[in-house]
Amino acid sequence: MAQILSPLPGTFYRSASPDQPPYKADGDAVSAGDVIGLIEVMKSFHEVRAETAGTNIRFIADNEDPIMAGAPIADLD
Amino acid sequence: MLKKLLVANRGEIAVRIIRAAQDLGIATVAVYSAADAGSLHVQLADEAVNIGPPAAKKSYLNVEAILKAARDTGCDSVHPGYGFLAENAAFSDAVTGAGLVFVGPSGDAIRMMGDKVSARSAAAAAGVPVVPGSAGRVEGLKAGHEVLTETGFPVMIKAAAGGGGRGIRIANSLAEFEQAFPQAEAEALAAFGDGGLYMEKVIGKARHIEVQVLADGSDAIHCYERECSLQRRRQKVWEEAPSRALSDRLREELCASAVALAKAVKYSGAGTVEYLYDDEADRFYFIEMNTRIQVEHPVTEAITGIDLVAEMLRIAGGEKLRIRQGDVSVKGHAIEVRLNAEDPAKEFAPFPGQVAELRIPGGPGVRFDSMLYQGYQVPPFYDSLLAKLIVHAETREAAIVRLIRALNELKIGGLNTTKPLFLALAADPAVRAGDVHTRWLEGWLIENAAALAG
Repeated sequence: MAQILSPLPGTFYRSASPDQPPYKADGDAVSAGDVIGLIEVMKSFHEVRAETAGTNIRFIADNEDPIMAGAPIADLD
Repeated sequence: MLKKLLVANRGEIAVRIIRAAQDLGIATVAVYSAADAGSLHVQLADEAVNIGPPAAKKSYLNVEAILKAARDTGCDSVHPGYGFLAENAAFSDAVTGAGLVFVGPSGDAIRMMGDKVSARSAAAAAGVPVVPGSAGRVEGLKAGHEVLTETGFPVMIKAAAGGGGRGIRIANSLAEFEQAFPQAEAEALAAFGDGGLYMEKVIGKARHIEVQVLADGSDAIHCYERECSLQRRRQKVWEEAPSRALSDRLREELCASAVALAKAVKYSGAGTVEYLYDDEADRFYFIEMNTRIQVEHPVTEAITGIDLVAEMLRIAGGEKLRIRQGDVSVKGHAIEVRLNAEDPAKEFAPFPGQVAELRIPGGPGVRFDSMLYQGYQVPPFYDSLLAKLIVHAETREAAIVRLIRALNELKIGGLNTTKPLFLALAADPAVRAGDVHTRWLEGWLIENAAALAG
């Protein structure tokens, strides 16, 4: 099992904008380099990418959660 | 006079407003999100109320929570600061509707100035020059041709329903125009479900010059102008007053036009009328009016000696303007730089973190408006402004020398900030000569990327 950690402190978003579907749903497979969410830091947005491939992504952080750098965003099998 | 003020903001502007209120003997209530419990504005206010979680829309943008805090603490007034709810007409109405005083203009005035078309019409009606273009929507190519006689080329075609730079095309010739116009129509219809277009003359190299006004609902005065041409991504980074680009004659004309607009719309409080100034044509054009106190207000305070936030509070408390136009005069030159938690060496990446060490510049002609203290943890949830360094001296040249001196005194340990940018700009010949325009900094940043990274 692997974890995707937040690279930055800020606010976590599951989708590119409120009217878009989430980048990934719980249970999705993930390839290395896939965008799995956004972190908003001081009004600027940064993509969070999976560093390794995996299956069955399970999000720990909810949409719009405040998040610290190094905090887990999701588990991967 | 107001008795108890709720400050509906955070950061340096909340601190600034609390100070002005306390100087006038007005009790203060801070509001804060869970991420700001240790903030300076919370420490300095007489009382503080937690209004919700870190996300701004659940706290600083939460009208219900803010009004409840005002009621629970017995406030008679609310100051919105800048950003957040400051130019939200519904908030102004809600505050007034709750029986409180909104320190700023009425909801109707905010609405009128917040809408591009109605603001432009109001300005034109008050005799303020507007950027040549269509008075309203342009219906069809034939009508577009008529507008061209006023704008010439290059001309900007933009979607009426667009925003934030979307749906904008620029045509440099009649051939380009005839091609671009129908395309823009189709694009606007597809993107916004509304094919309506506007046209506007493109002002090539322009300076951003704005006039500070104070008004009490019937009378209005100006406090001269600020120049804010140094911008990155349309965000001002360095502001000064007065503008060295204007002749005395044009300065008086510009400032008089801002007063005429404020009077025409029966404006109340502090406001800023923004213009583009075209050096070559020696003409100015209205862009918009900001119905709030602005980040860069201290440069005006430095050269005029007027406490703008205190005057806002007096006007909101029902006083008439105390200052007559003839009493407002310019003394010396002031410059403000915005110290942001951004790393100029890394394309201005945000840099939240803890202030490990803090040395604040001082001495003659130096002002430092900030919410920083040693040990302060800069939260990642809000904008990156940490501090404003304002210097004032007899001349612009002396102000730049003083700016360098004060920047060298300043030490913010533990964070990367925009300080190196300002040291580099202060040494640049074009900045020293004041030979800049609103797109100058973007080019300079590309040319000087290596130096900033080093």
